[in-house]
Amino acid sequence: MTFEVPKVSYTGKIREIPLGREGNTVIVGGESCYPFHLFEGEMPHPPKIAMEVYDSEPEDWPDTALEPFADVIKDTAAWARKCVDTYGAEMIALQLASTDPNDKDISADEAAKITKEVSDAVDVPMIVLGCGNVEKDTDVLKAVCEVCEGRDLIIGPVVEGNYRAIGATAIGYKHTVVASTPIDINLAKQLNILLGNLNVPDEKIIIDPSTGALGYGLEYCYSVMERIRMAALIQEDERLQFPIISNLAREVWKTKEVKVPESEAPLLGDMKKRGILIEALTAQCVLLAGADILVMRHPEAISLVKESIKDLMT
Amino acid sequence: MGLSGIEIFKKLPKTNCGKCGVPTCLAFAMKLATGQAELDACPDLSEDVKEELGEASAPPVRSVVIGTGERAVKLGGETVLFRHEKRFENPPAFTLLLSDNMDEAEITARLKKFNDTVYERVGVVLRPELVAVKAESGDASKFGALVEKVCNETDAGLVLMNEDADALSQAARSCSNRKPLLYAADKNNFESMGNLAKELSCPLAVKAVNLEELSEVSEKLIAMGLKDLVLDSGARTAKKALEDQIIIRRAALLKKFKPFGFPTIVFPCEMADNLIKETMIACQMTAKYGSVIVMSEIEGHSVFPLLLASMNIFTDPQRPMAVDQKIYEIGATNENSPVLITGNFSLTYFIVSGEVDASRVPSYLLIKDTEGLSVLTAWAAGKFAADTVATFVKKSGIEKKVKHRKLVIPGYLATISGELEEELPDWEILIGPREASHLPAYLKQWSAD
Ligand code: B12
Ligand code: SF4
Repeated sequence: MTFEVPKVSYTGKIREIPLGREGNTVIVGGESCYPFHLFEGEMPHPPKIAMEVYDSEPEDWPDTALEPFADVIKDTAAWARKCVDTYGAEMIALQLASTDPNDKDISADEAAKITKEVSDAVDVPMIVLGCGNVEKDTDVLKAVCEVCEGRDLIIGPVVEGNYRAIGATAIGYKHTVVASTPIDINLAKQLNILLGNLNVPDEKIIIDPSTGALGYGLEYCYSVMERIRMAALIQEDERLQFPIISNLAREVWKTKEVKVPESEAPLLGDMKKRGILIEALTAQCVLLAGADILVMRHPEAISLVKESIKDLMT
Repeated sequence: MGLSGIEIFKKLPKTNCGKCGVPTCLAFAMKLATGQAELDACPDLSEDVKEELGEASAPPVRSVVIGTGERAVKLGGETVLFRHEKRFENPPAFTLLLSDNMDEAEITARLKKFNDTVYERVGVVLRPELVAVKAESGDASKFGALVEKVCNETDAGLVLMNEDADALSQAARSCSNRKPLLYAADKNNFESMGNLAKELSCPLAVKAVNLEELSEVSEKLIAMGLKDLVLDSGARTAKKALEDQIIIRRAALLKKFKPFGFPTIVFPCEMADNLIKETMIACQMTAKYGSVIVMSEIEGHSVFPLLLASMNIFTDPQRPMAVDQKIYEIGATNENSPVLITGNFSLTYFIVSGEVDASRVPSYLLIKDTEGLSVLTAWAAGKFAADTVATFVKKSGIEKKVKHRKLVIPGYLATISGELEEELPDWEILIGPREASHLPAYLKQWSAD
């Protein structure tokens, strides 16, 4: 029996999407093979990591996650600057968590003001994410689109319930949208069709099929990403040929296992290293499933993942 | 699975009796051909046919067992490339590497840690499974002594790694009853290694410098009659290892290429200079087809996340794990104990009951059937709507168990509280914390009046 490498022939390709303002763009997508299957296709743009910053001081983070940002945690713009200057962030993801009506419920105007400050503080491409409340996000993201005209933001989550309002505003101000759907390939495709019908240009769409943390539903998200990539690359489903974003850090850092000190659970080992690894392994899994942009938190988890991407690419 | 559905069908009784759970023999044959049914489901097959079909319907990646008794580890047995296509069968064995160059105290400490590292999550026991003993000293007696020590101090399965065939043979004989994996046959020594493994009925690892060579050696061993092989393609970088693992699995599944129809052994321990990075590589191999994953150290901060990853990747994607709908009494409850409610997704149940338990506040936990869906998923799917929750609460019998009428609902379901109060007019609905980890603090200040 002679051995022959069984290769997959890909007929589709993921769209290449430039993000950010001219002169400071990052390109994502462009794959013509499954993730890191470089023996049979190309990944012209390695996956990128966006460092997340919050619109107000986080209340429930473990010290291990706060520590790197302790000096900037009260000032979102300074926080973003630190991510870029100290940690070399390729992108910033601003999480507007305080807009949540069940949380601090800050107004759309206030959120837009914070966004503008962050936007002025850094040059790298910037993702702005609402709290996930359909109505509130509509107001907040519209306001954000307006004040950041010309910044070429990536805004989301844009969902079935608000895609018209946000989509139309995003087109007007030339921002990119994050089309978010709950772990379902058909819903993901459907929303992309709707955005297309609304005339959102294809090179202004990134998809977010949802993310759970390691041990908290990650497996479903992993599989839906794999399925989306299969449909895009070998079934030529062109409404799924978009780069994927995974907003993983906030899922990871709310789980119990990153917060239990070693003294309470000796078998779980060092709390800091454990938290970093749970974030990094969650990232590693979604990378292997097809994610192009990872929203991450801990600088050490980020450097591990960057190194891993480099190792897999070269 | 060399046979097509029609070929299989020809061998079946053709009575269409339906005992196998599908209406016709043809339907059953089709399921067998795609690996969706087990041969044993048909009670009316002759032994001959069973053997013939058994061979033909064996999974394209053979199941190989290392170790014996309760600690036997089954590897391989895989039938798909992507978990959503069916499911992955046998999670990888994280393996502790010990060298006969390490000092005694170090070895004792590492073995103890290995033995102590056992977790229970969602009712499943998770632990590193194997110990690899590697000869580095060049001294056969030292190697033998270490193998003996390991045998005495753990009942886990073993991997014996020695390039010196005589020394390996000696050590393997001393513990062949433990069914260790012998590492490794290569292009030069495969005959003697193959004979040894056959004689002792132990699984045998095959090592090569590339896939080409691996297929040649594996083929020769198969020709010698060996059945239980484990493959090492020689890749020692993350990129090459990913490529090789994918090609091996594809060749076995898509091309029925027999020499690659076995589980694999991989060495993150040789691919990084620190445990953290090693863990990243091990995670890659957990997702992409490593079976025996050899680590330089077992530390909770590394192996626990890896076991979570392995559990995630290897759960059945078609059937969420669920627990029964009923009242769970946690601790010594009485008529003034708190009452909480959640859904019957195993993960949700185990997390919440674990926190209630940790709070040391005896409580009633009502588990509503949500078809194995988590809280928010269930709510979004209409399985945790106020009316059905109310019906369940009324029927559950909890009203006879407690005097108070206070029901704690998950924080994420704050939106249903108003409606629920309407449906359950006798009850006061309390919105609990969002994350279960805040439950102990919450329960400690909870009071019935
Ligand atoms: C995995 C997942 C799925 C899996 C199902 C897994 C399962 N067995 O439940 C699949 C892919 C099948 C799925 C499907 C859907 N999903 Co879903 N899913 C998720 C995901 C990624 C993780 C859920 C999970 O496993 N969490 C872990 C468990 C342990 O969490 P939990 O049960 O909530 O328990 C925690 C707390 O609630 C608390 N807690 C639990 N019980 C109690 C009780 C008390 C008293 C207290 C105080 C606390 C408490 O403790 C736990 C830990 O802290 C989430 C998004 C996310 N990142 O969370 C979306 C999510 C829940 N899904 C969502 C949706 C919409 C759906 C669908 C309806 C989509 C669709 N239209 O098809 C379907 C519905 C299913 C169906 N029709 O059959 C939405 C819900 C939106 C909303 N806010 O209502 C989410 C939030 C995603 C999103 N952002 O849009 N989903
Ligand atoms: S149980 Fe056997 S004989 Fe009966 S229908 Fe199934 S395959 Fe045919």
